[in-house]
Amino acid sequence: MASSIPASRTDRPVSPWGEAWRRFRRHRMAVSSLGVLAALVAAVVLGPLAWHMPIDALDFSATMQGPSAAHPFGTDDLGQDLLARMLYGGRISLAVGIAAMGMAVLVGVTVGALAGISRGPLDAALMWLTDLFLSLPQLPLLLLLIYLFREPLKAVFGPEGGVFVMIVLVIGCFGWMQVARLVRAQFFSLREKEFVEAARALGATTTRVVWRHILPNALGPVIVAGTINVAAAIIAESTLSFLGLGFPPDIPTWGRLLFDSKDHLDIAAHWALFPGGAIFLTVMAINFVGDGLRDALDPRRVL
Amino acid sequence: MTHLLEIRGLKTHFKTDDGWVHAVDGVDLHVDAGETLCVVGESGSGKSVTAMSVLKLLPMPPGRIVAGQVLWEGRDLVPLSQAEMRKLRGREIGMVFQEPMTALNPVYTVGEQIGESLRLHEGLSRAAALDRAAELLALVHISQATRRVHDYPHQFSGGMRQRVMLALALACKPRLLIADEPTTALDVTIQAQILDLLGELKERLGMAVLLITHAMGVVAEVAQRVVVMYAGQVIEEGSVEQLFERPWHPYTQGLIRSIPRIDADASRGTRLASIHGTVPSLLAPPPGCRFAPRCAYARDACTRATPALRDVAAGHRVACILEEAPP
Repeated sequence: MASSIPASRTDRPVSPWGEAWRRFRRHRMAVSSLGVLAALVAAVVLGPLAWHMPIDALDFSATMQGPSAAHPFGTDDLGQDLLARMLYGGRISLAVGIAAMGMAVLVGVTVGALAGISRGPLDAALMWLTDLFLSLPQLPLLLLLIYLFREPLKAVFGPEGGVFVMIVLVIGCFGWMQVARLVRAQFFSLREKEFVEAARALGATTTRVVWRHILPNALGPVIVAGTINVAAAIIAESTLSFLGLGFPPDIPTWGRLLFDSKDHLDIAAHWALFPGGAIFLTVMAINFVGDGLRDALDPRRVL
Repeated sequence: MTHLLEIRGLKTHFKTDDGWVHAVDGVDLHVDAGETLCVVGESGSGKSVTAMSVLKLLPMPPGRIVAGQVLWEGRDLVPLSQAEMRKLRGREIGMVFQEPMTALNPVYTVGEQIGESLRLHEGLSRAAALDRAAELLALVHISQATRRVHDYPHQFSGGMRQRVMLALALACKPRLLIADEPTTALDVTIQAQILDLLGELKERLGMAVLLITHAMGVVAEVAQRVVVMYAGQVIEEGSVEQLFERPWHPYTQGLIRSIPRIDADASRGTRLASIHGTVPSLLAPPPGCRFAPRCAYARDACTRATPALRDVAAGHRVACILEEAPP
């Protein structure tokens, strides 16, 4: 009789990370999205090594051609190979997205945690700051910041590095508010939980309570907000490039490619479709991975 | 003689938009080494706030210890800094909470959580802490302890979690365990098991227990001495025999009469006795005896001055002007 009951657990303890990985693998969309993301990263990192077409070779005999064997993604109005340009530009788009997300999450979690754990004036001041940033008109301010700081940053970090740092800072500066609010709200509910009180009754310091007991429990929504931020950052970079304020025109980020293609949508749709599709694929894959991560990192999930 | 824990004239007030709430308003009690003291009272009588004031775990502000002393082996804890209090918490005084379902952190295994205080106070390594955690789980009668240290709280039932909470509180062998309604959230059979376990651990580890409860049944089962609280004040104190055999204060009598009895003749329509009215607002407590508005024996004198605790027998103290216990 007893042998007919299936063993619900193995006797060997599984490490928390092993458990998380096991739960993550159950999330089919997340796993396939991770594959897509890995392929995209591999493509932009290794692609230029395999696809030798230069990104700036002009060929006026083959302008705005659709996909062909010679140019799998077609060419633009100067006859430049779009695949080569996308592979190169994708590095910057992805790097901007991830760096800006990291910055937004870092600032957001710090501000949210500080506000959430302190009562009174500090909380109020930080929330005023958050509301201030939320209420600022973003685009005009972006433009202003870029006009003010583009040259000094270029001088420090070089033309490409300068623009990269500036764009990451600017996008990061406008993406942390939602994270901060989420984290603060999570802190408010978590700090009243009995396990926080229990930890304090065992002699844990406030720092320890925050790091070990509140933050790990607050991470789920932060991960999801973070992945949405990657998407927002890639799109924001596209917007800036689209307005001609991002990277210099000779750096073909995905947003820049979209910008260049806009005048030729009727005769060269592929020019917009490929970079647009790449942005779409990245954003969606990152969102699914974030979803899967949130579920995987929650030990209460029995998957 | 120095008591293990002695609370003298403790007043803990909370600031609200409507004014100061006198949650604890002049409490005196003591716990000696190795004894079980029950603090009884209905919701809002200040039992939990008293306990939290001992460890200074109250949010301050809005809470504030306005007056009084909390003497731990004769040393006053009230002026101590939070850093000094942290050295006491968990190591000298352990605490168990009411709600086992939420008192464990869901993202760590129980082994990690029990190990945390060992690593914090005794500087054990992760592996050593985990071994000790397994021993502690075995101590609170969780079977297959070496395996279950790797389980997460959600894999335990309510009663099991309360055992884990006990293991957590006992990790550093505290000399006093404060248990704030540890069985209220559990069903009756599990309650009995946890109370038995508590008694067994107290004997084995030689610690004192300060048990907060509103269930007189629990008091009768585990207590040696009892303190009855009403509206932020102690109104009666005595050994469990004195209190159950000769309850003096009309409120204590009401509490004891309100215990449901299995041998009461239900067919004759015996109704369960209850105390009419509710606890007075602690924003502006009534003058005099705070129970007077609900008391069947109240006289004019009751509302003029707050009766002080006085000895009516050895170790039996009452805050009531009645010359002898009412029938």
